[in-house]
Formats: sequence, structure tokens, C-alpha cells
Amino acid sequence: MSEETFTVSVWRGDDEVGRYQDYEVPRMESQTVLDVITYIQRRLDPNLSYRFACRVGVCGSCAMTVNGKPRWTCRTHVSKVIEDGRLEVAPLRNLKVIKDLSVDMTDFFDKWAKAEARFVGGSTRHDDFAKVSPDDKRRQEASAGIECIGCGVCYATCDVVAWNTEYLGPAALNRAWTLINDERDTGRLSRLKAVSGTGGCQACHSQQGCVERCPKHLNPTASIAGLKRATAMAALKGELK
Amino acid sequence: MKTSHRDHPNYWAFVVHRVSGIALALFLPVHFQVLYLAIKKASVFDGFLVWAEMPMVKVAETVLIVLLAAHMTGGLRLLAVEFLPWRDGQKTIVALSAGVSLFIGLVYLLNAA
Repeated sequence: MSEETFTVSVWRGDDEVGRYQDYEVPRMESQTVLDVITYIQRRLDPNLSYRFACRVGVCGSCAMTVNGKPRWTCRTHVSKVIEDGRLEVAPLRNLKVIKDLSVDMTDFFDKWAKAEARFVGGSTRHDDFAKVSPDDKRRQEASAGIECIGCGVCYATCDVVAWNTEYLGPAALNRAWTLINDERDTGRLSRLKAVSGTGGCQACHSQQGCVERCPKHLNPTASIAGLKRATAMAALKGELK
Repeated sequence: MKTSHRDHPNYWAFVVHRVSGIALALFLPVHFQVLYLAIKKASVFDGFLVWAEMPMVKVAETVLIVLLAAHMTGGLRLLAVEFLPWRDGQKTIVALSAGVSLFIGLVYLLNAA
């Protein structure tokens, strides 16, 4: 009995030169897009480059463009995305392609650094723990955005990232917002300055593609709106000079 | 069929806001020209008023009113997104903005007919 197969078009090449190559892959139950790509590399074409690590939606390394939309491939079932019996898998948009499905994430993470999206502590091991109530409004704002896995799906979705190379992007700004709401953090003003200006939070057009596509169901647009309000208030108080 | 990352209501709302803004920017000089005629060249302005009574012009005016209304509701929606505490149900708000804009256009059309 012949097994059921389907066609997968996979991008082969880099930004400059490349083309889609078709592969016939056996259809299996509960098959994910990452399973498909792994099958191609292990059984059909060992020259295919792609990136993954955990396979269970934690590490954020396997994001690709599947049938036109950025997705985390390890948690995307083929049955949910297959259209007319076909899959098209391409590298993430808005990032330089190293080879095939592997993109260079340098710009993405450099922008986290530019947004000062890292914790700046002010206490030592001799100080007591900061006591933050779970009901605290700022704690809840931070919790809402904290589960980012850095997969780059929001960054690949965002048209502002495509139009404005300086734009810090939804993930970096979302992380900055969680830190603005961190009771223990001492880098607030410097961070507000870092997220203002040409590539800062004000560049966001609230298209909300990031909200639409975030595999962790985070809301970067809400975080960026929070930054817009915080920077506006700081500017009114003359703190951003 | 290949889908697009742009295929969601908030992106359509962004496009409508942009396009209506550009259309209104193009319309404004014409609007001021007509106002100038009303003040300075009454006879030409009377001719314009007769022309403006044509059904197709009324339809075009209705489109203009819908664009104006869409730009206003879209702008209010964005101000709410950016300056008020976040509310879920953004797609509902987009749908409401579209509904209000079309309703304003319809009211204009009924009065013009």
C-alpha cells in the first residue's frame, strides 16, 4: 500500500540567490512543520540548513515562514496550516538569511541591547528581598509580557521593522516594558531614553501583527503603548533631556 | 493558497487610515479652491453648485464623507490604543469604527438623495 504524501516547497539559498525546491513528504498523524523539515534533512536532502533545539516551544529557535506567515514550527501542526495539500516553508522575514531556513538573529538581539532590555539591579546580597504583591498593578503588567521566548516571529511579522531598519521591534520593546514595571530595576530613565526617538516605541503604527502572530499569545502592542505613555509622561516632566 | 502576515483586521484598519489620510490631503486643496470661488467668483461658484447636484457627484461626496469618518474613527481608535489603558477586543473596536464610518456615510447619502 502506498503511503499518503504531500508536497513541501522549501526555500534553498540565501537573500541574494535562491529558489523553492519541492519535496514529497509522507503525511503522518500529529505531524508538526518541524517534523517535516527534519524528515527532509534526514531522509531526502542532508544539505538543508535549519535551526531548532528543544522541539517543545521553549527555546524559540525554530521559527520559520509557513505558507506566508511566521510561526514556531515545532508547535505548528501540519493539519492546521496545510493548504491545497501543500506547504511552503521559507526563512523568517526581516532578517538576513544565512542559508536556507537559518536566519542571522544578530540584529534582532542587538536591538534588545539597544533598548536596554536587561535588568539593572540596585541592591546587593545583603539587602532583603523586594516584596512585590501578585496583585500589584506593575507586577501584573510585567507578568503579562515576561514569557517571551525570543523566537523572532513578531519581528518577522512587523511591517515597521521592514520599513525602518532602526526600529527596535516588538520583542525588544516588550522586554523593555516588563523592566519598566519591575519594582527592583533601577535603569528606568536611561531605558526610556533608549526606547524613544527614530527607532523607538513611537515608530510603532499599532498594526498589531505581533499580537496576531505571537505564539505565546503575548501582546507587544500593549507593551509598546505602555512605553509610549511612559515616555510621553517623562517628556512632559522634562526627564528625557 | 498562500496567506499573508498582513491578513488581519487591525492591518486593514491601518491601510484604511493611511489611504483615507492621503485621499483627504489631496481633497483639501480642491476644497479650499471651492471656498475661494464662493467668496470671490459667485457666478463660477453657482455653476459648481449645479454640477454638484449631479447624482454621481453626490455618490463621490458620500465616498468622501466615509473616508473622512473612517479617518476620524481610526484616529480616535489609535489615540485610545496609545493613551488609554489597554483594552482587549481590538478587532471589535475596528469593526465598530468601520460601522460608525459607514453609518455616517449612509446618513449623508439619505439626506443628499
